[in-house]
Amino acid sequence: MANLNYIRAINVALTEEMERDPDIFLAGEDVGEPGGSFTETRGIWQKYGFRRAKDTPISESAILGIALGAAMAGLRPVVEIMFNDFIGVCADQLFNQIAKARYMFGSKFKLPITIMANCGGGISAGPQHSQSWEAMCMHVPGLKVVMPATVYDAKGLLKAAIRDDDPVVYLHHKALYRLREEISDGDYTVSLGKAAVRKEGRDVTLLAVSAMVHTALKAAGRLEQEGIKAEVIDLRSIVPLDKQTVLDSVKKTGRAVIVHEAVKVAGIGAEVSAMIMEEAFDYLDAPIQRVAAPYVPVPFSPALEKAYLPDEEAVIQAVRKIA
Amino acid sequence: MEIPVEVKLRFYSSMLRIRKFELKAAELFGQGQVPGSIHSCAGQEACAEGVCARLRTDDYLIGAHRGHGQCLAKGAESRYLLAELLGKKSGYCLGKGGSMHVAVPEIGILGTNGIVGGGIPSALGVAVAVQYRGTDQVVTCFFGEGASNQGTFHETLNIASLWSLPIIFICENNLYAELTPHRLHLKLPDVARRAEAYGIPSTVVDGNDVLAVYEAAGVAVERARSGGGPTFIEGKTYRWEGHFVGDPAKYRPAGELEEWKGRDPILRLKAHLLENGLADGDQLAGIEMSIEEEIKEAVEFAVSSNPPDPSTDLMSGVYAAFDGF
Repeated sequence: MANLNYIRAINVALTEEMERDPDIFLAGEDVGEPGGSFTETRGIWQKYGFRRAKDTPISESAILGIALGAAMAGLRPVVEIMFNDFIGVCADQLFNQIAKARYMFGSKFKLPITIMANCGGGISAGPQHSQSWEAMCMHVPGLKVVMPATVYDAKGLLKAAIRDDDPVVYLHHKALYRLREEISDGDYTVSLGKAAVRKEGRDVTLLAVSAMVHTALKAAGRLEQEGIKAEVIDLRSIVPLDKQTVLDSVKKTGRAVIVHEAVKVAGIGAEVSAMIMEEAFDYLDAPIQRVAAPYVPVPFSPALEKAYLPDEEAVIQAVRKIA
Repeated sequence: MEIPVEVKLRFYSSMLRIRKFELKAAELFGQGQVPGSIHSCAGQEACAEGVCARLRTDDYLIGAHRGHGQCLAKGAESRYLLAELLGKKSGYCLGKGGSMHVAVPEIGILGTNGIVGGGIPSALGVAVAVQYRGTDQVVTCFFGEGASNQGTFHETLNIASLWSLPIIFICENNLYAELTPHRLHLKLPDVARRAEAYGIPSTVVDGNDVLAVYEAAGVAVERARSGGGPTFIEGKTYRWEGHFVGDPAKYRPAGELEEWKGRDPILRLKAHLLENGLADGDQLAGIEMSIEEEIKEAVEFAVSSNPPDPSTDLMSGVYAAFDGF
């Protein structure tokens, strides 16, 4: 066992995978000699040098082009787009090139690409550095998307993402970096496409992702004191989505509240909500609720950002609405 | 160094193949057999052929939307390329990509591309893989002068130079980016000067002189194979069709097309071969006839092939592992 924080778990996963598989290399801004802008690639350049840990210029389209081209030529690239907001800078490479290359070229290519990017707000990073763009990545067929909420998953999902033969967008939440857990120090993976039941319950299903899993768990703790037993599910894999776990839970509880930090309008909550309605309508005892950010950019001022981000109180209100 | 006559005869048959393929594709398009749109490279054959004649099967090519000639020069077969244009399952990409999304990885063709400048950054990754493995393969990256205005072009040239990657950039400057002439979208008359700004050795050649392109490509390939890094070749050329087949190209001044047809790369090579006694008329006619046969056979193959089947082919092939929602 090892006592690690979330960002260190990412570092451990990268280090172990690179040792295991000589076809893996890293590329991105500050990922080489500096060890990563969040220390996520610490020690790797020192071990392997430029060949396997490449510092790139500030050129996001080129970074994704490096990933795509290297994958087409048979390597297993792990690249970093520092903040998922910067997907805006390289959207063509992600959505029109990487996501489509396998299908449109007649399935001739295996594209074992991992794209690491941070997501989320809560640290006053402002409107262009605090978003959560999993819905955009879900909406374009051809990508897989994972969002670890725990230290255990930060390591296991990254290992799984790297070993996956499809392009995987791995979104790590910047406010979780100091989260600490005792985790296995052996080699393990967390399968893509499997949600985790973090707390069992029978009265309402709370479906959450990333930092909101912790918010949902806190809310569930308080609700328990009022006699409401909430089941908290950490979706953790957006594409593929574990529909079975979601539906099994909603069929048991009859009530669902989806909690995500991303903007509510056209967020993944809309997709999951529609899916539940289509496939488990008869089991619902109340309309599905979504607790998510309002339809504004993430504000900078802490006073506004605090009001912007969904919190325990918002989750509790949503549950009470349908209890 | 003198180019061997066998190589010149390869130029001849290859450029004829491209020309006849493009003319036939345009004809089929006019008959409604080609869905969507196609971008003809008729008139520009020497750029693709002069470069690809220097390449091995294990060298790489990344193309753009006007890429049929690049694919054929690299070794793609007319029948499977045409079937792809017609959206048939026997096409190179199962009919799922079409003209602008053709890849034949087994011979190093890593894709034509529908986004102007969209394929350029992936040349970096391919070259990184070559460098990673320590081989002497080279990566060719074809695009037009219009693409040199995309940010991806600049990011890519900078990194190619910085990391000394084995990439040969070939800019087919055909004077028009979509419907807009060079002078209205590019300050510099020579795109090659942009490469200089990134520290990349560059050359401007007559893109309709296959011998000149071949010479320049030879220098570039040698430089790349020996670890000397990238080269930029700008070929001045011209497209006979509009931007897409069917574009009336009214933006072209009267007489310009005729003037450039007077510099037809195939006729120029033919004259060179005949005037220098390197081939006789019968031999060249024989080559032309065999190409015509090949294209005829490709048409029969493509037209008689079946389209993909929605029940098995629509949803498959997005991921290596995952069946979708």
